[in-house]
Amino acid sequence: MEHEITLIVNGAARRVRVPARRLLSDCLRHDLGLTGTHVGCEHGVCGCCTVLLEGRPVRSCLTFAVTVDGAEITTVEGLAPADGRLSPVQRAFAECHGLQCGFCTPGFLCTVTALLAENPAPTEEEVLEGISGNLCRCTGYQNIVKAVHRAAELLAEEE
Amino acid sequence: MKPPPFDYHAPRDLGEALRTLAEVRGKVLAGGQSLIPMLNMRLAAPDHLVDINRVAGLDGLERSGDGVLVGATVRHADAERAEVHPLLTRALKLVAHPVIRNRGTVVGSLVHADPAAELPAVLAVLDGRVRLARWDGGVRVREVRARDFFTGPMESAVEPGELAVSAFFPALPPGGGSAFHEVARRHGDYALAGVCAVVTVDGGLVATARAACVGVGPVPVVVDVGEACAGRPPEDADWAGAAALVRDAAEPEDDIHASAAYRRHLVGVLAERALRDAAREGAARGA
Amino acid sequence: MTTRLFGEPVQRREDPRLLTGQGRYLDDLGRDALAAAFVRSPHAHARIRDIDVAPALDVEGLVAIYTWEDLPERVGRPLPLLIPHPALTHGRTAHPLARDVVRHVGEPVVMVVAADRYAAEDACALIEVEYESLKPVVGLEEAVQGANLVHHDVPGNIGAHLVQEVPAADGRGAREAIETAPHTLAFRLDIERSASMPLEGRGVYARWDGRDLRVYSSTQTSTSVRMAVAAALGLPLPQVEVIAPDVGGGFGVKIVHPWPEEILVPWAAMRLGREVKWAEDRREHFISSAHERGQVQYVRVGFDDDGRLLGLEVTILHDHGAYTPYGIIVPIVTSTQLLGPYKVGAYRVEFSSVYTNTVQVTPYRGAGRPQGVFCMERTMDKIARYLGKDRTEVRAANFIQPEEFPYDQGMTFQDGRPLIYDSGDYPEMLRMVKELIGWDSFERAPGRGIGIGCYVEGTGVGPYEGGHVQITSDGRVHVSTGLTSQGQGHETVFAQIAATELGVPIERISVVTGDTRRFGYAVGTFASRAAVVSGNAIALACRKVREKALRIAADALEADPADLEIADGVVHVAGTPRASIPLSTVAVLANPLRYAFDEEAARATQFSGTAAPDRPPVAEGEEPGLEGRDYYSPIRSTFAAGMHAAVVETDPDTAEIRIVRYAVVHDCGKLINPMIVEGQIHGGVAQGVGGALYERMVYDQHGQLVNASFMDFLMPYATEVPRVETAHLETPSPLNPLGIKGAGEAGVIPVSAVIASAVEDAEGIPIDRMPISPSDLFHLRAGRRR
Repeated sequence: MEHEITLIVNGAARRVRVPARRLLSDCLRHDLGLTGTHVGCEHGVCGCCTVLLEGRPVRSCLTFAVTVDGAEITTVEGLAPADGRLSPVQRAFAECHGLQCGFCTPGFLCTVTALLAENPAPTEEEVLEGISGNLCRCTGYQNIVKAVHRAAELLAEEE
Repeated sequence: MKPPPFDYHAPRDLGEALRTLAEVRGKVLAGGQSLIPMLNMRLAAPDHLVDINRVAGLDGLERSGDGVLVGATVRHADAERAEVHPLLTRALKLVAHPVIRNRGTVVGSLVHADPAAELPAVLAVLDGRVRLARWDGGVRVREVRARDFFTGPMESAVEPGELAVSAFFPALPPGGGSAFHEVARRHGDYALAGVCAVVTVDGGLVATARAACVGVGPVPVVVDVGEACAGRPPEDADWAGAAALVRDAAEPEDDIHASAAYRRHLVGVLAERALRDAAREGAARGA
Repeated sequence: MTTRLFGEPVQRREDPRLLTGQGRYLDDLGRDALAAAFVRSPHAHARIRDIDVAPALDVEGLVAIYTWEDLPERVGRPLPLLIPHPALTHGRTAHPLARDVVRHVGEPVVMVVAADRYAAEDACALIEVEYESLKPVVGLEEAVQGANLVHHDVPGNIGAHLVQEVPAADGRGAREAIETAPHTLAFRLDIERSASMPLEGRGVYARWDGRDLRVYSSTQTSTSVRMAVAAALGLPLPQVEVIAPDVGGGFGVKIVHPWPEEILVPWAAMRLGREVKWAEDRREHFISSAHERGQVQYVRVGFDDDGRLLGLEVTILHDHGAYTPYGIIVPIVTSTQLLGPYKVGAYRVEFSSVYTNTVQVTPYRGAGRPQGVFCMERTMDKIARYLGKDRTEVRAANFIQPEEFPYDQGMTFQDGRPLIYDSGDYPEMLRMVKELIGWDSFERAPGRGIGIGCYVEGTGVGPYEGGHVQITSDGRVHVSTGLTSQGQGHETVFAQIAATELGVPIERISVVTGDTRRFGYAVGTFASRAAVVSGNAIALACRKVREKALRIAADALEADPADLEIADGVVHVAGTPRASIPLSTVAVLANPLRYAFDEEAARATQFSGTAAPDRPPVAEGEEPGLEGRDYYSPIRSTFAAGMHAAVVETDPDTAEIRIVRYAVVHDCGKLINPMIVEGQIHGGVAQGVGGALYERMVYDQHGQLVNASFMDFLMPYATEVPRVETAHLETPSPLNPLGIKGAGEAGVIPVSAVIASAVEDAEGIPIDRMPISPSDLFHLRAGRRR
């Protein structure tokens, strides 16, 4: 049986019919064509599929689309402002070389965006704790950590 | 790694939820952070899934002088941020990673009854309880104490058709201190072993001391070590002796991450650390 | 805007798309394609008795089910043995779908194609395969006993056996040199299995239009996949194109090809006349993609009072799993690269490459070097301990000296060419790493230790790569090379090379890799070779284009080509900036036209008066267009080197191991982009830390991989990886025009050796087995107390 649901994705209401078992990650990627959200393990450990649900980072591979009917979801495609520039977090990742293959990056960007919204000036420990649920196999994390601090600076400058 | 098909139910109120559960005997979906991985790996294939995320009235987080009542859909992150109970807050910071805690629920972790998880140990050491409801022409409720709730690895007292609607974590008494120490392979992993402790200090002397272990038995291993250390000032009590009692009570097993011998050793180390810290905090709070 | 970009930390050109969700990885393509899934063997070793697909036939959305029996002869053949070697006397490869016998858990048995992956998995779950279980062979010791066989026709489970000997200068062999040495030591070293484990699994997506086949694969070699697919499907090569889209990490596992799915998915697409896609899930990746690292190494060494090696004998047991599609590259690399920056006197190395009923073993970043370096560096530490010397002193006593390059180690390297080091300065590197970590001022304390590890890495192996550079009439530069990218920043570093060679702003340069439509001749991305081989090829192609541009511009400017320079995309006479012509115009002039499609083009048409009427429009020996193609084929590998040092603390009670500091000195010749090189080192070290402290592939006695998930295969998070302090030494390679050496694998190579060295220093217990967990350390401590 299929369910008709509405997701507010990156500010736009999207109606979609899904079977109950449709994972939010698959709904975003395959039903809505938002392939920026990546799937790296489908058991909730790697963090590649992290999106913002009502502003909070969650694993879209551990969420059924039907469960979040009516909710607001932000994916990596919705992080940049509409003017075509990159968001401060995205800019900081580029500046600090915080990505290599880019596969885990959308999950990190969503996680870090939420982290800095809640804690605009995190300590080193808070940064590590904040990104501790996201795996990256390329960067060794050092430049990601650097990018989080840099993003905090950029956000502060924009205030 | 896609979940098998199931019939989906999304009740709006408790009565509907319980009637549905009574009828279909389905699996309850709350935060889904343990259930959905099992579905994705097709290790579980329930015919019916009863999603309680929309059930009104289950998201309460009520603090009173006696303790904290946590509703079935309260997320780890919300309970953690509310700082309603020092030991619960400490334990929540050890549960997986922040992103998982945004979705996972406190009650769900209890019902999942993973012996390596932190929250069952917390409920057990505090002698808390879980409220279970079912439909029997009306809402029938029973309360199960922690010692009866955890019945085996991944097994709880929840009967088919029942829903755990809340959990109650008793407050620490005046002079009560707590601590939670664990060793995990990676930050956020299930612990190789962990110990939480509650120690009360009354008039400068240790009055009670309890510890509960994670990861070293089929259910949380609760040990009352009051006799080994009561009646002495916290800085003077035989914590090593008390920790040895905890260590001896543990029933660890070998797995790919650590040997049983190492786990047992860890329990001793962590129990002493936790008991000392809890006593220190108890003394400070009692003062 | 400067165009001298070689050596600058230029921000990556890949990033804007990857940061905004606009990357195109394999599973982002083919939204309407059918999905494939596989029934994989649950047994490590079994005979297939029967396959009953009937229960699955009613699954909604099911399109097709294929077993080996359904495959045409050509498609069902065993997969190719990619790198034959005379010592690989018993090479064996799998069929794309199992025929009769399965030899590891995860081996594909049945292919299902359905409307989506959910339906495909539903069908897989219903297909019933009846197996007759056979005795599994698990673990090296069991395998070499040969009581049970992985392949009935491979006695003793020995796939390959190779002995290599390099006598001492006086002609004595290693055994004699060891026996007559003043001091000898003998010991065993173990390294467990790990795996590349990129966050994007493998994947294949194919479309067939009735004549041409297009295949997208998350691969490290699109050109070779193309040849393999064309061969297996019997298609003429020009009718097959293979594209590596954005690839979410490779680290070695994606250099293997063709994977069964790379044959089966295109075949199914042709047979069904529908687009078919398979995106590997994580569980599949654990049990059906390759692993590496597992080796047992026995060492005998003879040395003098100064710790100078006189003879070294190493016997290696290498577990290559159930099949050998990639030959015996890993133990060959261990055998040769074990030598590191040292002169070992006489050397004898022998390996047996052994079958087990486990996932096949093929190179993972480092490719046998971590094991070899672990072997040599543990040897150095043991000699130092035995003689009571500082560990760095023993190493220094054995270094090849700067004036001894090129240095011939007297062996044959993995490319079949002599193992001759091109350049390096190991004493200086040691001085640098000691200074960086503070070796001489380190305060030793119980539970606090310092360790070191040195390595040499042969990089940039041949046979060749090519580059194509085209300047179009809009002044843009289009660079393509056939090898592929998995996050190394090739679009940026190759653009830096082109910008520098051509004098064009980097913004006008675009780079395409791994697309056979753009460049058909290539080998692939492995062995830290992309920058060296493709980088130099692109530089050479740029030089051809530049020469042609100058020739045409000289004609137009009535100047001598030797007097011309290019800056900011404009050719001008040196010292006379006003006598100039933009490359866009040169591109127009390079391509005489009959038809104009825009104003620029009009300048090249036949009545525009730009061509001399007394010469053919395209002069003899010239070709139309401002483009060039060239290849770089290295005579042999370049040899990068590095030295790492670390400080660790061990908890006296819990035996937890914490890396407090980690220092890297690295020499990859001339740096193209130091930011990217550092990123490669950071990532390599993190993988090394995983291999040293966390990651192992645990098989039980039945051949089940018991930790096939990210819950239990412990890849480090940010909380587990230390901050890496780096310093660079640049000894240019004399072998190639750009003077560069490879950097991709470097970071991972010595980490297990370094951490073992530091933990041993902290604990005073020999550390001979990696990875090491707190539980392992606890038991080592308990053993010492006994």
